[in-house]
Amino acid sequence: MMIFSHEASLKRQALFDLSFRSLTRFCAFAVLALLAAIIVSLVEGSMPAIHAFGFGFLTSTKWDPVNDNFGALIPVFGTLVTSGIALFIAIPVSFGIALFLTELSPRFLRRPLGIAIELLAGIPSIIYGMWGLFIFAPMFADHVEPWLNRHVGSLPLIGPFFSGPPMGIGLLTAGIILAIMVIPFIASVMRDVFDVVPSMLKESAYAVGATTWEVMWQVVLPYTKVGVAGGIMLGLGRALGETMAVTFVIGNSHDLNKSLLMPGNSISSALANEFNEAVGALYTSSLIELGLILFFITFVVLSIARFMLYRLGKREGQAS
Amino acid sequence: MRILPSLYTRRRITNAVGLSISVLAMLFGLFWLCWILLTLLVHGLPSLTPAVFTQMTPPPGNAGGLLNAIAGSVLMTVFGILIGTPIGILAGTYLAEFGQRGWMAPVTRFINDVLLSAPSIVIGLFVYEVYVIRVKHFSGWAGAFALAILVIPVVIRTTENMLKLVPSTLREAAAALGAPQWKVINFITLRAARAGIITGVLLAVARISGETAPLLFTALNNQFWSKDLNQPMANLPVVIFQFAMSPYDDWQNLAWAGALLITASVLTLNIVARVLFRQSATTH
Amino acid sequence: MNMDIEVVVNPKIVIKDLNFYYGKFRALKDINLSIAEKMVTAFIGPSGCGKSTLLRTFNRMYQLYPKQKATGEIMLDGANILDSKQDLNMLRAKIGMVFQKPTPFPMSIYDNIAFGVKLYENLSRHDMEVRVEWALRKAALWTEVKDKLKQSGTGLSGGQQQRLCIARAIAVKPEILLLDEPTSALDPISTAHIEKLVDELKEDFTIVIVTHNMQQAARISDYTAYMYMGDLIELGETSNVFTNPKRKETEDYITGRFG
Repeated sequence: MMIFSHEASLKRQALFDLSFRSLTRFCAFAVLALLAAIIVSLVEGSMPAIHAFGFGFLTSTKWDPVNDNFGALIPVFGTLVTSGIALFIAIPVSFGIALFLTELSPRFLRRPLGIAIELLAGIPSIIYGMWGLFIFAPMFADHVEPWLNRHVGSLPLIGPFFSGPPMGIGLLTAGIILAIMVIPFIASVMRDVFDVVPSMLKESAYAVGATTWEVMWQVVLPYTKVGVAGGIMLGLGRALGETMAVTFVIGNSHDLNKSLLMPGNSISSALANEFNEAVGALYTSSLIELGLILFFITFVVLSIARFMLYRLGKREGQAS
Repeated sequence: MRILPSLYTRRRITNAVGLSISVLAMLFGLFWLCWILLTLLVHGLPSLTPAVFTQMTPPPGNAGGLLNAIAGSVLMTVFGILIGTPIGILAGTYLAEFGQRGWMAPVTRFINDVLLSAPSIVIGLFVYEVYVIRVKHFSGWAGAFALAILVIPVVIRTTENMLKLVPSTLREAAAALGAPQWKVINFITLRAARAGIITGVLLAVARISGETAPLLFTALNNQFWSKDLNQPMANLPVVIFQFAMSPYDDWQNLAWAGALLITASVLTLNIVARVLFRQSATTH
Repeated sequence: MNMDIEVVVNPKIVIKDLNFYYGKFRALKDINLSIAEKMVTAFIGPSGCGKSTLLRTFNRMYQLYPKQKATGEIMLDGANILDSKQDLNMLRAKIGMVFQKPTPFPMSIYDNIAFGVKLYENLSRHDMEVRVEWALRKAALWTEVKDKLKQSGTGLSGGQQQRLCIARAIAVKPEILLLDEPTSALDPISTAHIEKLVDELKEDFTIVIVTHNMQQAARISDYTAYMYMGDLIELGETSNVFTNPKRKETEDYITGRFG
């Protein structure tokens, strides 16, 4: 009798085990299904635009709701350019911050300063947008852009990129604000990967008489290059998809301009500004296709980032 | 050994310059944080009157408050968390506890990490496509769904990380007593990782309460008090967006008040989450 | 604490009243000892006795970490190493160090060797190649790597990597070589290689080696210092210390009754 009830309880437990495992598995599967659903729904939504414009959508600068003629080049261009500017500024600054936090900072300041930088990532993007539009852009227009016009605008080659009326809003402003937003992401990945460098490796470099800068630049950075690149790609992924901050300051103009001081557009700000007002199936569908392009680009960039960070993680596993 | 003095001087200068730039980079980062926070205080505090918490969003040119927007934000955030958290914890448990074999766990982990940083506006677009179009109107539910989709990856990531920190000896000790796996996980490992998982949920709340982009095409906005999640619903971020972009002074002032409110709560959540996690990490 | 310290002829380093602190913990207690020039001095003793700590004061490696501090005197060529005015990079150019585990830098074999040299000297391409070959030959690694100098240093075997680290340390032509348990991560054959190398290198360098392997100390060192709990118990010629220890504690340790 005793044995019998024991067996029954074992069976019941096995059933619980199985159903609990299936439940967790189902939820994990939901993530995969979610990705598939996002892709399918975006593709489905952009079908009318894909039929109407084909691959020409990617190369056309037209954005004409009145005549239902749309092309993605200007927003795609704006997204790439603003993200490029952001990385150009954010990479060196993030390296400096990570170097400061791992090597230079007094111990008691390390944690508060690290949190302060991470808080920069916590500020909602709409706040960056408002601050950018009302505070930063006017300041930029009054004090920085005239200077850029005078001193850089007249240079050969890069001059044309920095000339034009100082309006404050435009691609450059959007890029700078994006830089501030992605610095915490890149800096915290860099700090984390610098932290896992074996102290014996750093000591051996110091032992030959290398300076802190030489240790960082010639030993730590090459040792962590995969992780650092992963962090940069992660920051790029963030910059590409950022919406509200850019929408406030980019100017939302569907004109192609050489100058970075002129207003432009990005995929996400075109969506934020126009999607709710879009009338007509083709207009809506073109906007959804923009979203599909954005999702595709960020997916590729973020995948590369993750692969790089995983590779670093694997090497760490082997080393220890 | 012949040491070249000139070479050594140059190295020392490079070092000094490099390290100074590093200090400047740190200050550069802090500078923006201080500037933004200061701006919010200067513009937000004067507008942060009791009316903000007691009155509805006004028509243009009128004074009013943000009550309906605050309520809507809280409501959608709560539902977003309620929907997203269980799925996230269960999926995270799968990755940490059952995912050692097979293709499913590595693929899910990878996709999840990508979704973690995916553009939130695309999530808004997705919910619009699959839900708003079907029911033919914007609604609070749509907003909550979009937010839930943002919550899931955050919770999965922290749940998995925290479960992996639980020493396997604890699992083995429980299993050695003959406890079935579902009991071990629910009553031992998940409990041991509780503080870390709560941290993750708090970070998820912080993340979604400032999100604007996914709400634009889902919850939209509503000028009036509404408890009906089947109707368009006011929410702080979208109201801030609309009011800030408007030419009316009253609206802009309210936008600053909302901005201060939202930033203060998000940053507080961030700090609380960190302090909480630190405490739990030191007591274990 | 009374100590038995033989007089060392021709000392290169003279240590007087050295104390070392990790925060409040006193890890070295009034150490007095001399290191003979162009000889091998071994530090032995149970784990945590302070032998590595002592070694790391010679190039002030401890200074990378806050809360670690040394007081007293370590005289090298008439100057006190612990003097705050001592230039650390210059000091470390004079004193090379090899660690418990091989630490090849993430660069080619050639660049690993050239790394330190470039810090101090502006050599022509040809002179640098000569120097790299010299260092690799000294470290008995040349024949094994001469055809793959451009390959990454991390691709070598453990024993080769450790010899690469020795070559890297001697390439800058230091006067003193600090070896911190250099064979603890290596197999017996690689260990034999390194021991033979140490014997050859003492013609040119003053060598201090920390080891937890007593046979190793007996095989390769001229002087041996036995340390226990932060105290220096005994220093003498290796043959004396191992065959005729003056102190009971040393005898207990080397006969295996303790430790």
